[in-house]
Formats: sequence, C-alpha cells, structure tokens
Amino acid sequence: MRVSATERTLNYAILIGFSLIVLTPVASILAAAFGPANASAAREGAFHPSNFATAWVEGRFGQYMGTSVLVALVVVSLAVVLSILSGYAFGTMRFRGEQALFYLFLLGIMVPAEAIIVPLFFDLRTLGLTDTIWAVALPQVAQSVAFGTYWMRAYFKSVSPSIMDAARVDGASKGRMLFSILVPMGRPAITTMVVLMFMWTWNEFLIPLVMSPSGEFRTAPLGLAFFQGQYTQGTALLAAAAVMVALPVVLLYFLMQRHFIKGMLEGAVKE
Amino acid sequence: MRALPRASNTAAGGPGRHSARQGHRLTPYLFIAPALAIYAAFMLYPLARAVHLSLFDWDGLSLATFVGAGNYADILTDARLRAAFGHAGAFIFFYAVLPCCVGLVLAAVLTRAKVRGLPLFRTLVFLPQVIAMVVVAVAFKQIYAPDGLLNSALRSVGLDALTRPWLGDYAFSLPAVGLIGSWVSTGLVTVLLLAGMARIPAELFEAARLDGAGAIREFLAIIVPSVRAELTVALTLTIVASLKTFDLIYMTTSGGPGSSTTVPSYEVYRRAFETGQVGSAAAIGVTLTVIIFLVTLAVNRISERGA
Repeated sequence: MRVSATERTLNYAILIGFSLIVLTPVASILAAAFGPANASAAREGAFHPSNFATAWVEGRFGQYMGTSVLVALVVVSLAVVLSILSGYAFGTMRFRGEQALFYLFLLGIMVPAEAIIVPLFFDLRTLGLTDTIWAVALPQVAQSVAFGTYWMRAYFKSVSPSIMDAARVDGASKGRMLFSILVPMGRPAITTMVVLMFMWTWNEFLIPLVMSPSGEFRTAPLGLAFFQGQYTQGTALLAAAAVMVALPVVLLYFLMQRHFIKGMLEGAVKE
Repeated sequence: MRALPRASNTAAGGPGRHSARQGHRLTPYLFIAPALAIYAAFMLYPLARAVHLSLFDWDGLSLATFVGAGNYADILTDARLRAAFGHAGAFIFFYAVLPCCVGLVLAAVLTRAKVRGLPLFRTLVFLPQVIAMVVVAVAFKQIYAPDGLLNSALRSVGLDALTRPWLGDYAFSLPAVGLIGSWVSTGLVTVLLLAGMARIPAELFEAARLDGAGAIREFLAIIVPSVRAELTVALTLTIVASLKTFDLIYMTTSGGPGSSTTVPSYEVYRRAFETGQVGSAAAIGVTLTVIIFLVTLAVNRISERGA
C-alpha cells in the first residue's frame, strides 16, 4: 500500500512513542533496582547489582521462589495431563451428555477466583488443608483444567480423521493412539498450553494469599507483597525484588513469545 | 452432576453380559473422570457453596443466621458496596473502552503503511500482559509516589501546581489506578487488532481509494467492520480482567483513600478475611460471576447482531 512520506514518518513516531509509554515503567523499576539503596550506598556510586542479593536474602526470596516453583510444577503437570485426557474424549469421541459436560467445563473459564475463594478457604480450613500445597495448588488445577479441556478439545478436533482411521486399522487402542501419535503430534498446542498455565500459576495472587494464612506456602508474588509491607523506606530493594519475581515469566516470554501471544489471543472463548 | 452417568446403559441383560461393550461405552467418561473430579471438587462445589453461603449472615466462627437475599440487597443499599461496583464500571472504561479506542486507531494507522520494526513493537507492547500484576503495582507505586517519576516530570516542566500524592488523593486515585489497567490492556488489544487487520484483503483498500475515500472513511467503513470479531474478543478479555482487579488494588491503595478505589473483588477479600462478613463476601463473589457472564454474553450478542 502506498502512503505519503509524512504518514510514514507519523507511523514511526507512533511506534516509538507507544513503545516508550510501555517501556517507561519497566525502565524505571530496572533503574530503581540497580540504584543506591540508601545514602551511604549512593556515595559509593550509581550502579548497585548487589541489591538483588540483599533483597534475595532479606526478603527470603529463596524460600518463596522455591515454593512458587513447586506450586507451578504441581499445577502445570497435573492440569496438563488431566486436560489432555479430557480434551481427547471431548475432541474425538461421541457420548451421552457430551455437550452438557463440555459447557460445564467452559463455565469454569469465566468463574473468577473471587467467587470460589470464600467457601474454599472455610471448607479447607475445616479439613485442615489450609497452609498445605494442596490448598494452594488444587483450586488452580481446577481453573487450568477448565481452560485446558477447552484448548485440547480444539486441538483434537483439528486433527485429520484419516490419521486416526489409519491408527485404528493398525489396531491401536484409544490410549496408545493418544500417547504414541496424537500427543507427539500436538506438541505445539501442548507447549502453548503449558506456557500459559505456567504464567497464570506463577503470577496468581489471590489464591495463595488466602490459602496460606500462616505464610508457610507463600509464593513469590506474595513474598513481594509481604516485602513491600516490611520495607517502607527506600525503593531499591523492593524494585530489585519485583524484578526477580517477574523475571522467570518475562524470560520465558522472550524465548517463546509466539506461544504467549497465540495462546492468549486464540484462547479467548469464542462461542 | 454425577461423574459417570452410566445408569441408563444397564437396562437389559444384567451387568455381566454386556460388560465388554459397556466398557467401550464408558471409555469417554473414564478419560474425563479425573479432570472432572478435581474440577467439581475445587470449582463447581465451591461455587455452589458460595451461593449457599451468600444467603447467610456469618462471621466465619459462630453460628450463621439465614438472611435470604439480604446480602444481595446490601449491594444496592450499602454505600461502600455501591461505590465498589461503581468503580468496577470506571475500571471497565480504563481497562477495556479506552484501550480498545486507542488500539483501534493505533492498529489502523500501522496497517495503512507497512513500517519496519512491527515485530519488535508487537513484542514490546504485549510485555505488560506477562508481568505479574504485583510487580506492575510496585513499579507504578514508585512512579506515582510524592517524589516519584510523575511528580518529578511535572516539576521539571514547571507544573509544580499539578503535583500530588496520586494514589492518596481522593479525586485522582481512581483514574491513577485505572490508567495502570489501561497500560496493561492496550498492548494486548493492539496486537489482537493488528492480527485482524492484517487479514483485510488489500483490494478492499484499493477499491476504497479509487472511490476517493479518505483515511477516516476507510477507517469507519472498512477497518472497523472487518475486525468486529477481534474487537469482541478484546472487549471480553479486558472487561473480565477489569472485574478481577484484586492484586492491583491490594498492592497500591487497599481500596483507599476512604473507599475511593475499592472494587468488588477487593471487597470480597476484605469482608471475608478482615471484617468477618463472610456471607456478604460470598454474595459479592456470586454477583461478580453473574456480571462477568452477562457482560460476556452481551458483548458477543451485540457483535453477532451487528454482523
């Protein structure tokens, strides 16, 4: 398409201007993270990467990051396996109640954590499960399974029937067909799902906040909130901690951005 | 809902004779059962329990008293709750309406002229979507601080009169927090719309230009109608996100000053775990779910009717 030189220049101005708006908060927190933590540090220079080590120790982020990794591992691995199994049934088999069951799962994509968190807390407290990894992880598995079932069903529906017919002729059972043909073939769709579930779990705030009242299972974002409450003076250590909490997902995003963008755009329920 | 609705299949012949065929019929349910079990226990059951709890007055410890729809009536009469739902409306503007308007113009301008650097631009503007909201909150809290970036910038251009503690100001805290939402949403909306606009056939633009259509006619007559589906998805995603703004409020203002930035999701937390109004908290959560449903339905209906 031909457009005038003025319009082209205007476009570059928009690209750069908008990028700056997005980058300013990111740059400001990075600058604060490397800045001096107090007056005596300011006299020693302007660049302080040691803030990260200090924040890591003082904010106990070693422990919180460990909890986050554990929770993410449990949630993602459980949710992925369960979603593949249920998505396989919805995507390739005909059965009574199929539609109703599928809509039941779709419902879960829309239900906010705010709606279920209140009864979950009081019921799990009665069962003595609060402050365990199960109280933090299983509600998130349920949320992820709702999305995962929807996502995997779409993948299995997109597989050409001729592939499944060929496997059936070869006498492959339903289970073998799934694990030796369909799952390896669906690696891109599964990767996208894993990446999204990891991001949601890592960044989740309300569920771990409520489900671990003693702070025993405090994930990294909660550690940051706690750190903010403790260290009200100075911004450097808090900024350094914030950067560390965001880093795992941001790094993964730069490595696999196509999966992030594709998943979040296509994952929106279009009924 | 039962996990395995198999009763209807065992009609004739007793269980033994058809067991092989029956096993076959059960296969889909066996694949679904594990997912459904966890989903039912940690999503469906708590949802039903929330509806049940919302009918009671309960402080979380002592005996609960049945109040019927009382907690729902409170949403209409309690000043703080009315404010919270009003703020949710404002957040829909900041999270969804504003980003969609900006995103439409931005994406349209970028689609008209092919410029270099678009992939890098896409990567950058999508970034706010993947940063944990708590981290975004920490960053903006420092920007809005009395001696933060925003006030420094205002002072440097001589606008000292405008400086203020943004998040502590009764009039400005709501838009200040809302604009954080705009910052998070706009990139997502723009990337979504760019993808939609890239699919508009070039002939459409050429035909319009032969007819002498200007940029604005082209925008209204070709671009906006062509991306209706993307716009629907964008609105749905951002409106739902705006209604689930818990972590941002928790980290920046805790609903304050006064109740000037409180939202329904924050009230759920505050009432259930701080002020001992568990029934009311459940009622707010249920109401929020219904609103999310209705909004999703309405946005999709309107877009279908227009098509």
